[in-house]
Order: sequence, then structure tokens, then C-alpha cells
Amino acid sequence: MSEMQDYKSRVSDPASRKFETFSYLPQMTTEQIRKQIEYIVKKGWNPGLEHTEPEHLMDNYWYMWKLPMFGETNVDVVLKEAEACRKANPNNHIRLLAYDNYKQSQGTNMVIFRGKTV
Amino acid sequence: MAVKSYNAGVKEYRQTYWEPEYKVQDTDILACFKITPQAGVSREEIAAAVAAESSTGTWTTVWTDLLTDLDHYKGRAYRIEDVPGDDTCFYAFVAYPIDLFEEGSVVNVFTSLVGNVFGFKALRALRLEDVRFPIAYVKTCGGPPQGIQMERDILNKYGRPLLGCTIKPKLGLSAKNYGRAVYECLRGGLDLTKDDENINSQPFMRWRARFDFVQEATLKAERETGERKGHYLNVTAPTPEEMYKRAEYAKEIGAPIIMHDYLTGGFCANTGLANWCRDNGMLLHIHRAMHGVIDRNPHHGIHFRVLAKALRLSGGDHLHSGTVVGKLEGDRAPTLGFVDLMRDSFIKEDRARGIFFDQDWGSMPGVFPVASGGIHVWHMPALVNIFGDDACLQFGGGTLGHPWGNAAGAAANRVALEACVEARNSGRELEKEGKDILTKAAASSPELKIAMETWKEIKFEFDTVDKLDVAHK
Repeated sequence: MSEMQDYKSRVSDPASRKFETFSYLPQMTTEQIRKQIEYIVKKGWNPGLEHTEPEHLMDNYWYMWKLPMFGETNVDVVLKEAEACRKANPNNHIRLLAYDNYKQSQGTNMVIFRGKTV
Repeated sequence: MAVKSYNAGVKEYRQTYWEPEYKVQDTDILACFKITPQAGVSREEIAAAVAAESSTGTWTTVWTDLLTDLDHYKGRAYRIEDVPGDDTCFYAFVAYPIDLFEEGSVVNVFTSLVGNVFGFKALRALRLEDVRFPIAYVKTCGGPPQGIQMERDILNKYGRPLLGCTIKPKLGLSAKNYGRAVYECLRGGLDLTKDDENINSQPFMRWRARFDFVQEATLKAERETGERKGHYLNVTAPTPEEMYKRAEYAKEIGAPIIMHDYLTGGFCANTGLANWCRDNGMLLHIHRAMHGVIDRNPHHGIHFRVLAKALRLSGGDHLHSGTVVGKLEGDRAPTLGFVDLMRDSFIKEDRARGIFFDQDWGSMPGVFPVASGGIHVWHMPALVNIFGDDACLQFGGGTLGHPWGNAAGAAANRVALEACVEARNSGRELEKEGKDILTKAAASSPELKIAMETWKEIKFEFDTVDKLDVAHK
């Protein structure tokens, strides 16, 4: 068994902040993001994008990027919007969410682009 | 109206309580009993006796029966079926008129349905297999204080199961050391930690000190990780007054969730506490100590699917429901059956999953099933596949037993969970490809890698005692 490791997480270190679903995995590749969008679309959910300055990530309300893409099933369109959001807000966390209008909640919600944390 | 006259004495139950032609009403409460009779008693007579003894009847005719309209109030046995694969017993279906019961009172319903009748001499054994609560009755109950969707919004957790852990050892830690264990778990990536059910307010750790230290731990982990966290503060207490006192204090210090044991605490206390939680914006985690006494014997007692329905009516946002894969009892099909009964709005009769009636919950919120007991990272692919997103997966030993401590154990579980959800969303088959998915995830998580080495060999493969009734001849 390998040697015991210290758990590196500090209140003083902004890089220790997580951001809920998938934040314990490495940053997703474009191909992986595409698969998640496909999943959302297949579920019949409405994709949407939100972003925030990393220091405000605990707020419920992030900035909405345009409006949720109601009825959008084209993965490329969603991906293009995500890229556009990132280009306009390069330092922000950007999350992809999926509105489930039957459950009146979000089917999923994941940060797909990670902002500057230092 | 037919004129009835009074004849003292004992008459057969079947004359009054066996009505095979009865047309079930939409407002009736329906029950399915598994009856093991004493030798020499006919099925119809004993089914009628169960209907009588669990509703209006008693062993002899009484003149006061004639002061009321018994046809309006009596329970009726209306169907009898063989139990597949078991000749010692049979199913009896009983319909109870809704006016037999006080509105919104799980206490009252169960006092009738599983009251004196269970000690009845003509029975060798009796088991309540399922109950259909009509929507008219469901609407009189408060149900879960917040429900699955509200809890997700409150805790900001979407698209994945919640991840938790029970703090161990069960008993004996001081409040400050206990808070340490909570802090380590939460900073490592768990969403929730839990008081063990038997932690109330013992001399080694009084409730108030525990609440204070645990809340500090929770808030620090939130600042550190930027995620919402919670610890189920167990407010189960010797008296309702004491229970509410503890609940009020949990709210005062800003805890998001409290906990109650609904069977040892009782339905009366539980319903009251659920109402309090709804009024005060608190989440309510429900433990089920004593359920094994009630639900494990296949011939006697109450099936857990009925206890789960009772809890959904009485109120709770989480309920322990077995793991299918861990150290505690649970066959897959019936477990999935009552998990649906906890979460969904409408559940169709499905004997293959032990569901005897259609159940319509209308708009009553759902309850998170909690899978807890003997599970670790290797179980994660199966758990995510079995339970889906709307569940709370609790790894006690599987977090605290990590060779590098709780934070590392928590991180290992969180990485494993997210890897499985990510893979499932990408269209991969979790239970087939589980090993590959976890191994890949461990490449970027030394905590997961060590966890996989530590627990690889542990398996719990005893046979389930309480199986579904299926023909085996």
C-alpha cells in the first residue's frame, strides 16, 4: 500500500472550491461535453447556460446566458452557445443545465467550463 | 331500509363480512393480507373474520350494532387468492370504507388495520402485504415536508444521487470529536452526514453540544468547498416536547436537516414533526429502526412496502430502503417496487415487484430512498444503475474506513459516483463496464485508487429471507 497522503483542501485556497455535479472529475473534453448534451436532449429536457464569477459560485442565481434553449435538440447549436458564453466570459464558471418542465426542476446541472480560481 | 332485529349469540363472520360480489369503490382503503389459518377453518370465514376484527366487528353480536348503518362502515373481504408457491397460506383482500378513518391520521388507519386482528386466535399468522390508499385519503395527509424536488433546490444538487455517510462508531464519541469526523467527511466531498439512529442525547454526548459542533463543521466545509452541506441532526427523543425543543434549536443554529426514527418514535410524533418541518423550511431524514421486527417474517407482520407508504403519508424527505447489494436484507425486484412507491406519482399494480394495487399519490411529493449499509466504491456502478438519480447513497464504513481517513474516503466515493453518472449519461452500461469506469476514474484520484484496493474482496452474499411469493414447484 502506498504512503498516506494529506488531503489538500484549504479555506484559504480558491482552487479548493468545488461546484457540485462532476466537479470531482477532471475538466470534461469537448467530446465528453457533447455526450452530456446528447443525454439532456434525449431526456426531452430544455438545455440552458449560466455563468458566474468564481467567487460568487455559492449563489443560487448565476447570470443567465440569453434564455434557456427551449425545444433545442441540435447538440451543435448548444455547444456553439456554450463556446460563445465562454468567449464573452472567459474568467467565469459556466454551467450547463437542463430544465425538466414536468418535474418543475432541473434534471441536471454541471459546470462545463471552469473559470479562473486563482 | 330493511328492518333488522336483534338476535344475541355468535354468528359466522362470513354472513356479514364476506362479500365476493362487492364492487370496490374509488374511495375505499384496500388491504391485502396474507393469512395462515389454524387447521379446519374455511378461507372465507377466516378472511371475513380478519375484515371484521380490523373494522367494525367483534366476536359476538351486540345490540348496539343496530344503532348504526353497519353497511356504511364495515370492512368487507371481497377476494381470496392462492399464494404462489405456498399452500400454508392465502391472500385475502379487504375493502374499508373511507369514513372508518380519521382524516390525515396514519395512526388511526394502522390502529384498525394492524390492531387486535393480529392476535386473533383463529390465525396462525397474519401479514399485511399491501394497502391501497385512495387519492381522497392521500389528500388529507401532509406528506413529505419538502419532497425530492424541493430538497434538490435547497441543497443545489442536480443530476446525480446525493452522497452521505453515517458517523461511526455508533456510540461513544464526544461531541467535539464527533464534529471532527463530520467535518472531514463533508470537506472530502460528501453532501450529507448522518447521526446514527441510536445517538439521541446520552451522557457521553448531549444533543446540544453535538448540534453546536456539528453545525460549525458543516459551515466550515461549506466555506471550504463552495458546496451546500448538511448533517442529519437526530431529534428523536423520549417525549414530543423534548423532540420539538431539539428541532427548534437545530433550526435556530441554521441546520438544514433533522432526523427522526419513525417506528420507535411512533407515527404520532413523526407526523407532528413532519408538519413542523414543513412550517419551518426544514428537511426531514427518516430512519426505520425496528422495521426488521415488523417486516422480515414472510408470514407475519407488515411488509415494508406498507411501512414505506405509511411514512410517505406521515411525512419524511428521506427513508432508508435497503441497498439490494450491501449487508442488509433486500431482493432487487421488491426493493425497486417500494422505491417506486416512495418516489413516483402513480404506481401500477405489478405482482412481479410485489405491488398488489394501483397507487395514486396525486401531487404528494416523493421521498428520497436511502441506500445504506455495507456498501463501498465497488458497489457504486450497481447502485447508480438500480436507484437512478433520486436516491441518497450512504457509505459509512465505506467512507470512514478509508486508509487515509474520512476526507479521502469521501473524495473516493464522490469521484466514483460522478464517474458512474458521467458514464451512464454517455450511454455506457454501468454494471457491465463498472470496473473499467472506476479504474479510469481512479487514474486521476489517488483516493479512489486506494479505496478500490482496500475493499475489492468484500462481498455480502447471504440469501434473502423475505422473498417475493413465487411458484417454485
